[in-house]
Amino acid sequence: MTSTSVPLAVAENTGLSLLARAELVGRESAGPAAADVDREGRFPHEAVDALRAHKLLNCAVPVDQGGEGASLGELCAVARILGRYCASTAMIFAMHQTQILSLVHHPTPGVAAFVAEAVANDYLIASATTELGTGGDVRSSVCAVARDGDTVTLTKNAPVISYGEYADAILVTARRTADSPPSDQVLVVCRRDDVTLEPTGNWDTLGLRGTCSPGFVLTATTSADLVVGTAYAEISSRTMLPVSHSVWSAVWLGIADAAMEKARSFVRSAARRSPGVTPPGALRLAEAAAVHQQFSDLVAASAARFDAAASAQEESMSGMGFSLAMNNLKVTASTLVVDLVNRAMLICGIAGYREDSQYSLGRHLRDAHGAAVMVNNDRIMNNSAQLSIAYRGTL
Amino acid sequence: MTEQVIRKVLGEHAKLSVDSTALDPAADLYELGLTSHASVNVMLALEDAFDVEFPDELLRKSTFASVGAIRSALTELGVA
Repeated sequence: MTSTSVPLAVAENTGLSLLARAELVGRESAGPAAADVDREGRFPHEAVDALRAHKLLNCAVPVDQGGEGASLGELCAVARILGRYCASTAMIFAMHQTQILSLVHHPTPGVAAFVAEAVANDYLIASATTELGTGGDVRSSVCAVARDGDTVTLTKNAPVISYGEYADAILVTARRTADSPPSDQVLVVCRRDDVTLEPTGNWDTLGLRGTCSPGFVLTATTSADLVVGTAYAEISSRTMLPVSHSVWSAVWLGIADAAMEKARSFVRSAARRSPGVTPPGALRLAEAAAVHQQFSDLVAASAARFDAAASAQEESMSGMGFSLAMNNLKVTASTLVVDLVNRAMLICGIAGYREDSQYSLGRHLRDAHGAAVMVNNDRIMNNSAQLSIAYRGTL
Repeated sequence: MTEQVIRKVLGEHAKLSVDSTALDPAADLYELGLTSHASVNVMLALEDAFDVEFPDELLRKSTFASVGAIRSALTELGVA
């Protein structure tokens, strides 16, 4: 896919802060299309084009590599704003940032050159980490990289590749060699032109419908220097897992923001109708606001934990305490988002239940339920259960 | 002696794709199939075998990356 050229009016906006640009993308592109994207289960082209035009796809790349050096905290703030307008757009943004940071934080010469190419062309990057036959365990692969001189090939039967058809490159996990055990994985950068995708199903889901994430048999032939040098185990625990859990949680927080806005405006409207009488929903609103605050603080603190550890190049990032904290973030945030949309539903009542009112909560509720199943919470807690046996300290 | 016990523990708990008694001390156990799940069982068995406790600072991937790395960690914990 070719990148969108930047219109003059937008180029002038590059002086705007990240958050101001995120707000613009949300208000002018992602928000207006959100209902149609959801209904049709289509890719949010206009929103992703706007992310490109506002240089938001590359904002986490360090300044000396052509980006803006955005921290994880800043990425989360952008993801949260987008999530308020269109959860599918926000999730695409979040997944893309996870992929690009996985490359930026684990560079080898070929990978660094690819990052420069991605920045120059505003690439959208997807990933294929799950595979049929592994029982949903992303830390284990069936497929393997086959090397022939400077070329590597692989074939992967992936049950889900989010926005795979619309990405400019896909990061694929595979066993290091045909003789490697399932857990000895590498990450391979595959440009879209070097990949064939054979669809194996549709993406007709309850929510997050615009992420367009059907299954594919992916076949790739790429250059050997696009196999990331760092073991995937390391990339996963130090970057991919903590970054994805943080930005996903920020997207869910954005969904909760949208639901809370509707609840608040519903209660306000009730209060206006009966001046002097506190409406019945106000107590629920106050309770929900307390949960909302915990949620917001949790996401900010988790991103700050990562940013502090990453800037100090800390060993703690490969430790169990860090993994447990990031697991807890995902499970807690994915639970809180459903809780908050449910609270908003009780506050708005039938107006929230209707699909045709300004207080409609249907899309938010359906999107919110994606949170617990995109990397199933039970899988994450089973992993934490094993770590908990060993870990003694406090988080 | 210590290294033999380490190899025995690995043989029982690490689920490696190779025989742990013949391992090169520097061989990367993760490349040989050690998972983080199995590494916890290895850690518990090492604690039993040597009557030590691994502090949280040592609970990271690198501690269990090879026979040599495990040996150094045990040395740090006072195992002769």
